[in-house]
Amino acid sequence: MPTNQRTATDARVDVRKTYKLYIGGKFPRSESGRSYEVVDGRGRFLANASQGSRKDARDAVVAARAAFPKWAGATAYNRGQVLYRVAEVMEGRRAQFVAEVRAGEGLTERRAEAVVDAAIDRWVWYAGWTDKLAQVLGGLNPVAGPYFDISAPEPTGVVGVLAPQRSSLLGLISVVAPVIASGNTAVVLASELRPLPAVTLSEALATSDVPGGVVNIITGRTAEVAPWVASHRDVNAIDLAGAADADGVVWGDLELAAAENLKRVLRPAGEGVEAVEPDWTRTPDLSRITAFLETKTVWHPKGR
Amino acid sequence: MVSTTSTSAPSVDATARARDLLGVSRLTNAALTSWLHGLPGVDQVGCEGRAAALGTRSIKTTSKAWAIDTAISMIDLTTLEGADTPGKVRGLAAKALHPDPTDPSTPSPAAVCVYGDMVATAREALGQAPVNVAAVATAFPSGRASMPVKLADTRDAIEAGADEIDMVIDRGAFLSGNYLGVFQEIAQVAEACTRADGTRARLKVIMETGELVTYDNVRRASWLSMLAGGDFIKTSTGKVSPAATLPVTLIMLEAVRDWRDLTGEMVGVKPAGGIRTSKDAIKFLVTVSEVAGDDWLDPFWFRFGASSLLNDLLLQRQRMRIGAYSGADYVTDDSPSLY
Repeated sequence: MPTNQRTATDARVDVRKTYKLYIGGKFPRSESGRSYEVVDGRGRFLANASQGSRKDARDAVVAARAAFPKWAGATAYNRGQVLYRVAEVMEGRRAQFVAEVRAGEGLTERRAEAVVDAAIDRWVWYAGWTDKLAQVLGGLNPVAGPYFDISAPEPTGVVGVLAPQRSSLLGLISVVAPVIASGNTAVVLASELRPLPAVTLSEALATSDVPGGVVNIITGRTAEVAPWVASHRDVNAIDLAGAADADGVVWGDLELAAAENLKRVLRPAGEGVEAVEPDWTRTPDLSRITAFLETKTVWHPKGR
Repeated sequence: MVSTTSTSAPSVDATARARDLLGVSRLTNAALTSWLHGLPGVDQVGCEGRAAALGTRSIKTTSKAWAIDTAISMIDLTTLEGADTPGKVRGLAAKALHPDPTDPSTPSPAAVCVYGDMVATAREALGQAPVNVAAVATAFPSGRASMPVKLADTRDAIEAGADEIDMVIDRGAFLSGNYLGVFQEIAQVAEACTRADGTRARLKVIMETGELVTYDNVRRASWLSMLAGGDFIKTSTGKVSPAATLPVTLIMLEAVRDWRDLTGEMVGVKPAGGIRTSKDAIKFLVTVSEVAGDDWLDPFWFRFGASSLLNDLLLQRQRMRIGAYSGADYVTDDSPSLY
């Protein structure tokens, strides 16, 4: 409640929050022990966030790799249920999301509510796709021989995600949900200046049925941690959406580092070197899902 | 780095030496009991505190690079599964010869450790390379067999070309106070480690500390094993949890240090089982240096019984070489084991 209405009789000491990272289903402090202040659009203190380091990213990749076989191996229907449950939990934390989006992005109450609604709806939209991808993206190929030839989409593996810097909730969900819907696991670098919705999302994930390690969220300086994720040999793909407007980040350098182990790279929107943040309110298509899929093709002999 | 030779000093008469050390005319169970129980007790809290403190040292850059290479050269690369095949043993030998094919400067592990029936296969696969073959013997891992069977098991491995023998003690006998029985068992196996040409295979004595219940027992078992002629004292089979913990290894390192003060002889230490990360391995190296001394920081005197540890060390090594984190795609995929 507003602090200016306090009187001597009802004075209560502020509970000042220092958030932690979300790695492997747990909430560890940064290995580096650092944290940084998160402020709203007018520079007022909101909370302390953990300032993750390259070693936190390393731990997150280990956790994501460990979680991958089970998550990718879960039935698509089950993944859909689990993700839908996340939307339910987010709905329960709606007021908190609205407050954080409003403070972080400087929106009006109504506008912030609309953003949170859109974010939760987007999550549900992607949750619904889990068990429909194979029909839409896979199929039976006609071949000149006595074979069934079947193509099926499969998850790529561990995906590094640079979450959008401005759209701290709708943008975040628009990049994380498509990655995990198909069975990938994610290492997410949250928006540097607006990390609080990501922290709250991690609390929603931890209290739903998403297995630990499927989504790992690191708050901190994007320019510090992103190169280590981009060059990590055990990361199979990277989404560079958050390179737009990130302080000190050149996405071309990240793509170069990613080439070392032939990562799939989803470039940020924009022309040339200038990365821009897309309009996240637009209705999505399947492109963010297909960017992190492999196509497995099986030849099976026809017999009687 | 001192090379690891496969022979050790000629077998001393363990019983005669034990009589000397204990100051008795006849080695009886009572004499051994009063000697072993006369050892100072282990301060459990202090020991665990010291081990935890030694685990907090920060080892970076060139020291870390040295530690990783040293740790690799100290590994007894192990496969001890019921499902072992000659192919798997050859694969392990190939890995010992070329741990990281992308970097020929990677040192080789000290030995490969296999069951007795795989010794010949391992020996053949390793050829003349300076990698020893270690064989577990004496009805590993339980040790529940009669003495003639245990001795036959040992001789069989020696004849097949084993350079080192890892024996298990009879924990049941030890825990029920039959120290003389354990002493004689070790002494006889040590005797059986003598080859036809008079050279000896080195004997590692597995105490299975996870079954010894107390730190006092670990200390007693360490002294008993050294007294009976073991060339190495080894924590565990890897089949029992907990296996090689840092406090237990610390107690054993104190024992070999004090043994050298008493007799002038060095005995090796081998923690085995449960050491999977480079970080863990470096903690052990710090403990070796601080407790026993740098003389033990040599593959001849200190070993890690491990399998998955090697991959983690290789990943760390690659990380330091290429400047980016490496991943499981860049090391060989070994099937899981308890080590």
